[in-house]
Amino acid sequence: MDLTQLAWGDAGWGDELARGAVMTFVVATFAFALGILIGSAFAAAKLSRFWGLRLLGDFYTTVVRGVPELLIIFLVFFGGGSMLRYLGNSLFGFEGYVEPPVFVIGILCIGVSAGAYATEVIRAAVLAIPKGQIEAARAIGMGPTLRLRRILIPQAARFALPSMGNVWQYTLKDTSLISVVGLVEIMRAAAVGAGSTKEPFTFYLAAFVLFLLLTSLSNRGFIRAEKWANRGVRSQ
Amino acid sequence: MDFDAMRDAFPKLIAAVPTTLTLAAVSLCLGFGLAVPLALMRVSKSRLLSGLAYAYVYVIRSTPLLVQMFLIYYGSGQFRAFFEAAGLWVLFRDAWFCAILALTLSTAAYSTEIIRGAIQAVPLGQVEAARAVGMSGVLQFRRVVFPIAMRLALPAYGNEIILMVKSTSLASTITIVEVTGVAKQIISNTFQPVEVFVIAGAIYLSINFIVSRAVTVTEIWLNPHLRTERAIRSTTAAAIH
Repeated sequence: MDLTQLAWGDAGWGDELARGAVMTFVVATFAFALGILIGSAFAAAKLSRFWGLRLLGDFYTTVVRGVPELLIIFLVFFGGGSMLRYLGNSLFGFEGYVEPPVFVIGILCIGVSAGAYATEVIRAAVLAIPKGQIEAARAIGMGPTLRLRRILIPQAARFALPSMGNVWQYTLKDTSLISVVGLVEIMRAAAVGAGSTKEPFTFYLAAFVLFLLLTSLSNRGFIRAEKWANRGVRSQ
Repeated sequence: MDFDAMRDAFPKLIAAVPTTLTLAAVSLCLGFGLAVPLALMRVSKSRLLSGLAYAYVYVIRSTPLLVQMFLIYYGSGQFRAFFEAAGLWVLFRDAWFCAILALTLSTAAYSTEIIRGAIQAVPLGQVEAARAVGMSGVLQFRRVVFPIAMRLALPAYGNEIILMVKSTSLASTITIVEVTGVAKQIISNTFQPVEVFVIAGAIYLSINFIVSRAVTVTEIWLNPHLRTERAIRSTTAAAIH
């Protein structure tokens, strides 16, 4: 095993791997944000009075949690590609291959998958808010928007935080799957390095360590955030 | 939607289901076998043993399965001479061995935490009662702690089974042709991703639906003391449908 392969600059692949790590982090962050948006919308649908919306919410979480992420990535990558080709051809008369933007596709796929897990977390968090709180807000004449902003969201966010930490960890790890369609994140950078140096173990071990660092550091961040969010809450 | 394409894809995808199920079943069984001793290490009073088990669980759960699989399958090539000398190269050059090894190590880590939680959730009174009638440590574990823990672990372990069925799709990245692998082949030949996705997705959903039903039925079967009329009726109804 030749660790000088991992040196910085032209001599080694350290900077390529670091750039991959940044890409992993960026994609995971966007996907996580998208997941929270989707999760909030579908949690609202699942808690709705209308059975049609509840059904839609159940359908989404069942399908996305029951189907492998890799399959979803293949669907969006190849499906998005042929849709772009079709659009390019019919709108601009463009003939030829249109490469689908893997960065956007990655965020979309991982975001949709994170959204399904976030839906359940947010739904549980909303249900954990004592009913009396909402009744009290209503009693002093708060409108629905104000209730949402002042009572529901701050408390649900606090309840959801620990489980959202898990969702973030899933999201971070799932970004590695985007490498199969060519996005240069940690895994892809490692694969390129492994291919040109014939030292696959060195490079995949580096990828392993980078992921370990990313999850450990962000885990600490979430523990801090939890402490901060619960600073005003009485504890035993 | 092109229904002919779906009709063509269906038998090919179904033919790959045994591969997916074999991967999941073999690694779940081996993983469970590893997880029980690891969980015991986790709850043991020895800080060294519990620390070692925790380190294993932490490292595996913090890294993507894809990285672990590549590390084993492609990474082993770097030490080919060593493996050949040790007579292990026959194993490591085989994608099946590597996929099952990676899946086993991964599910072992997740199951360890599930089983540890269940062992710690066994009511103390039960253990005290076992001790009071003079059962030895091993007998206590075999007759009281383990059976109760298994019942408590079942719902969470059901989720782990479903996650594993999904995880087997990663084996397609190291040349094993299971359902996702076949789906990818068909998609890149026909460029009809939606049709193939619908069929492949439906296959995974059916497998996972059957798994979750089976887990519920097992749960009711293992907990006769908690059975109510309603639970029995709804399960038999679900089993018939």
